[in-house]
Amino acid sequence: MRYLPKGDAERRAMLDAIGAKSVEELFGSIPAKFRLAEPLPVPGPLAESEIVDYFRRRAGENSLGYASFLGAGVYRHLRSVVTDALLQRGEFLTSYTPYQAEISQGTLQWIFEFQTLVGQLTGQEVANASMYDGSTALAEAALMAERLTRRRRVLAARSLHPEYRQVLETYAQHAGLEIESFGYEVSGRADLDALRAAVDERTAAVVIQSPNFFGVLEEIPAAAEIAHAAGALLVATVAEAASLGIARPPAEADIVAMEGQSYGLPPSYGGPFAGVLATREKFVRQMPGRLAGETRDTQGRRGFCLTLATREQHIRREKATSNICTNQALCALAMTIHLCLLGRQGVRELAEQNLAKARYAREKLEAVPGVERVFAAPVFNEFVIRLPRSVRMVNAALLKEKIIGPLALGPFYPELTKCALVCVTEVTGREEIERLADSLARILDAQGAAKPDAALRGAAERSR
Amino acid sequence: MSDDQIRKARRHVSQSEDLIFERSGVGKRGMELPALDVPAIDPRAELGAGMVRDGVKGFPEVSEIEVVRHFTRLSTWNYAIDLGMYPLGSCTMKYNPRVNEFVARLDGLANEHPYQPSELSQGCLAILRDLEKALLAITGMDAITLEPAAGAQGELTGLLIIHAYLKDTQGNPRKKVLIPDSAHGTNPASVSLTGYQMENIRSGPSGQIDFGELDRLVTGDVAALMLTNPNTLGVFEERMADAARLLHERGALLYMDGANMNALAGVARPGDLGVDLMHLNLHKTFSTPHGGGGPGAGPVAVKEALRPFLPVPVLVDDGPGRLKLDDQRPKSVGRVKAFGGNFGVLVRALAYILAYGPGIRQATEDAVLNANYIRKHLEEFYELPYSSASMHEVVFSDARQKKNGVTTIDIAKRLIDYGFHPYTTAFPLIVAGALMIEPTESESKQECDLFIDAMRAIAGEAAEDPNLVKTAPHSTRVGRLDEVAAARKPVLCWKPEA
Amino acid sequence: MYPSEFRYTKEHEWVKLDGDLATIGITDYAQHELGDVVYVELPSTGAKLEAGKALGAVESVKSVSEIFSPLSGEVTEVNSALGDHPEKVNEDPHGAAWLVRVRASNAAAELDGLMDAAAYEAYVAEQKEASA
Repeated sequence: MRYLPKGDAERRAMLDAIGAKSVEELFGSIPAKFRLAEPLPVPGPLAESEIVDYFRRRAGENSLGYASFLGAGVYRHLRSVVTDALLQRGEFLTSYTPYQAEISQGTLQWIFEFQTLVGQLTGQEVANASMYDGSTALAEAALMAERLTRRRRVLAARSLHPEYRQVLETYAQHAGLEIESFGYEVSGRADLDALRAAVDERTAAVVIQSPNFFGVLEEIPAAAEIAHAAGALLVATVAEAASLGIARPPAEADIVAMEGQSYGLPPSYGGPFAGVLATREKFVRQMPGRLAGETRDTQGRRGFCLTLATREQHIRREKATSNICTNQALCALAMTIHLCLLGRQGVRELAEQNLAKARYAREKLEAVPGVERVFAAPVFNEFVIRLPRSVRMVNAALLKEKIIGPLALGPFYPELTKCALVCVTEVTGREEIERLADSLARILDAQGAAKPDAALRGAAERSR
Repeated sequence: MSDDQIRKARRHVSQSEDLIFERSGVGKRGMELPALDVPAIDPRAELGAGMVRDGVKGFPEVSEIEVVRHFTRLSTWNYAIDLGMYPLGSCTMKYNPRVNEFVARLDGLANEHPYQPSELSQGCLAILRDLEKALLAITGMDAITLEPAAGAQGELTGLLIIHAYLKDTQGNPRKKVLIPDSAHGTNPASVSLTGYQMENIRSGPSGQIDFGELDRLVTGDVAALMLTNPNTLGVFEERMADAARLLHERGALLYMDGANMNALAGVARPGDLGVDLMHLNLHKTFSTPHGGGGPGAGPVAVKEALRPFLPVPVLVDDGPGRLKLDDQRPKSVGRVKAFGGNFGVLVRALAYILAYGPGIRQATEDAVLNANYIRKHLEEFYELPYSSASMHEVVFSDARQKKNGVTTIDIAKRLIDYGFHPYTTAFPLIVAGALMIEPTESESKQECDLFIDAMRAIAGEAAEDPNLVKTAPHSTRVGRLDEVAAARKPVLCWKPEA
Repeated sequence: MYPSEFRYTKEHEWVKLDGDLATIGITDYAQHELGDVVYVELPSTGAKLEAGKALGAVESVKSVSEIFSPLSGEVTEVNSALGDHPEKVNEDPHGAAWLVRVRASNAAAELDGLMDAAAYEAYVAEQKEASA
């Protein structure tokens, strides 16, 4: 077997050196009745080319050749081939967690750079070396807020990504946290009046996502003021990190839980991505996750090492800030490389292109009879439209034209039936957008699009 | 040994490299975007002036070649599996097959969106189904979730399932979880996250859990025992099936931490040993790359009775030859991560299993052979705290070397000069001054011999020239770093000169 | 080595009483076992302490040791100099590196159960032998 560097002669020699007659003897401590007599029924063994064939066949059974307008927390963005070329260097790909600093300076330095870049992007003072993803970063941020304030109530905006909320609830279940909601306004922004009324001295954290699940940019400073006035912390969640190239960063938040997938990671059917936590320096000892710090060696040379390890499970055990051990290091490296390639100008230009595509798509889609924009507040690269027919039926028709249509919101928000979340990024071509608009027009016409009734039209007008 | 006598490694000049921010220069770019094919916009007009930032302050501006040189140079400062053995106990640092990288990047797998329609995701779902079946065959369990992103998250998921199951079947989730004193730190940390109290169960003289203690400790308050098998000493918990029976009789469950599956895959199945639920570490046993700390995956496999409680979504049949994800599961513990598991990692694990097929047993046998070979050759030089048989890893202590003031950490640092990454130091906690060594099946006899020679030489140095060991490493770009200063006054990011 | 006006606990804390105002710290043996101290976690003023319960923790790079309060009472002062200079715990554990001052609520009774300097020195000698 090609992954095993031994022939039978070596095995024999090693067994002789041990004084064992067969390798079976080495498993003597497993009671005989539990030792398998038959080989496992698993597929294989396959040669390398056969493995490739298997996965190519699977790859052909997915969505190759389709245009897509899906976003909702997972985004298609440009990537450079340079990233994979560097990621696949064995010294990055096959290296271990940098606990032995002297032979892990490569890893430690890029982690230090990653921490710096995330702090710069989010407007926060310190950032960690990654969490599993944005949703678990949010859950950990809530637990962190509970430790810092000794309060248990978490107020999460309804415009928070529904799956992020579900993960938050899973982690909160037995941690004594109570997760409650506050709604959104007709503009699409979180309802800060409702927040002001709901927040109290039991509130540990207010959670707001920006851009929110509807693509709308939130007013972070105002939310922060309300939270702070009640002694609560503001946790800002960022699911579309590309927005930070142009949008004001959530500097007033106390903790930022971010998903970095947009910068250098492919959608990959949901993972692995790169969550990250960033916060104020004064909270760093309550922040989970690894941290790389700058220091000097015995000769005074600059170097880096993992630090503040007493927060972590391998030292603090049941009193640790989290149970996290393995994180998303290689994904964070991909992000670091990508951000360095884009640089200061590139992240801004990328964000501007996204804004331009979103504007163009909105204009084209709003011009389709029967299609209406739902929320008026400024958006980044996603926006909500209302259709005169069920989104499911429209998407089924779009599929026949090899278009994966926008995400139906009805299943997540019962008050938003017939609404859909359209995402366009710098990789969505102009022709694709025009094709979507044309197809939509034809489909709605063919399906006998009823004109929206007067009441709906009026409501749409009021919210502009 | 002097530098000239060390066979595995020799000093070599490596390139220096500053922080990327220190290379930055206004106007440089590493990546250009294609031309915009729609009308440009004014961000301030689109978003409102108050919503627009000036630019990311401090962000680097460098060219493509500078990025390539920067990261290439950094990489040369790292040790890696591709360079040689990592004898790290319980980490299972085995070869990361390159075909895994290739298939994970295939167009048609790398760019799929988790929300795309089921009919356009049958390839992804089939991969998940094939991996599920293979892992269930290997573990001897009945149902599985591929959602947890790491072993620790798998533990969390398992504990949530235990809680839900006991609440559902007994009306009472119970209060405590028993954890051996040799356990990995994630075990008690995960217990804390789920509102259970942990209780230590001590190991007996053989290094296995003390069965009498277990009998005494398993009361109606105990929800489960979390057991690693083989344990962190590399010793098989021979009474695991008896422990399972005892726990079941008293209404409790047996959770297995599957970090050490590299000693069992193809040889024995945890399901046969009475395990109710367990997690696997795909970045250990199943070869997915460590990448400097992650990503991993921590699937949780369960017995039939626990199936209803698995996290959502669950992979189900949707007609002949079709699959879909089902999130209508009223007894589920909930979602543990958005968008499902780390799919890219799952692809790599399946590729690994397909390469071996039933021959995965050979990998397990070679892993155990390597560990025993090393044990046999180092027994006369290092103290063996437990005489029990070792499986895929062996634990020594620094008791003999300590007499000259040389600790496990010093020996580990000197091992670096011999061209190896250190073994796991100072863990498990039940052995003072532990040296935990796991070679894995990826090491040839030659590499094992070089490791043995190095460890022997260092034992000699600890006796003859202890200071050489205490001040090691001597051959690296940086020497031992001042971790005290790093913790007292943490500097966690670069800041521009004021 | 161990001031005679202090009383000592088995967990290696010392306490000095002035009327009902107690000063609490950790002993030289404790700082030596810990190694270089990197951080001290202290309660806030006004916090209520219970004899035998943890009042904070002292951290080295690789370990954390809880500090158990020898007495019950209310914290009146906290040694904030340790925030910037945790190394004082290693340099002067019995003096400049006092941790908290407490208005004791039950000093007489609780002091009774603690060791005097001679008893503590003997205890430390025992500990050193046991770990040799």
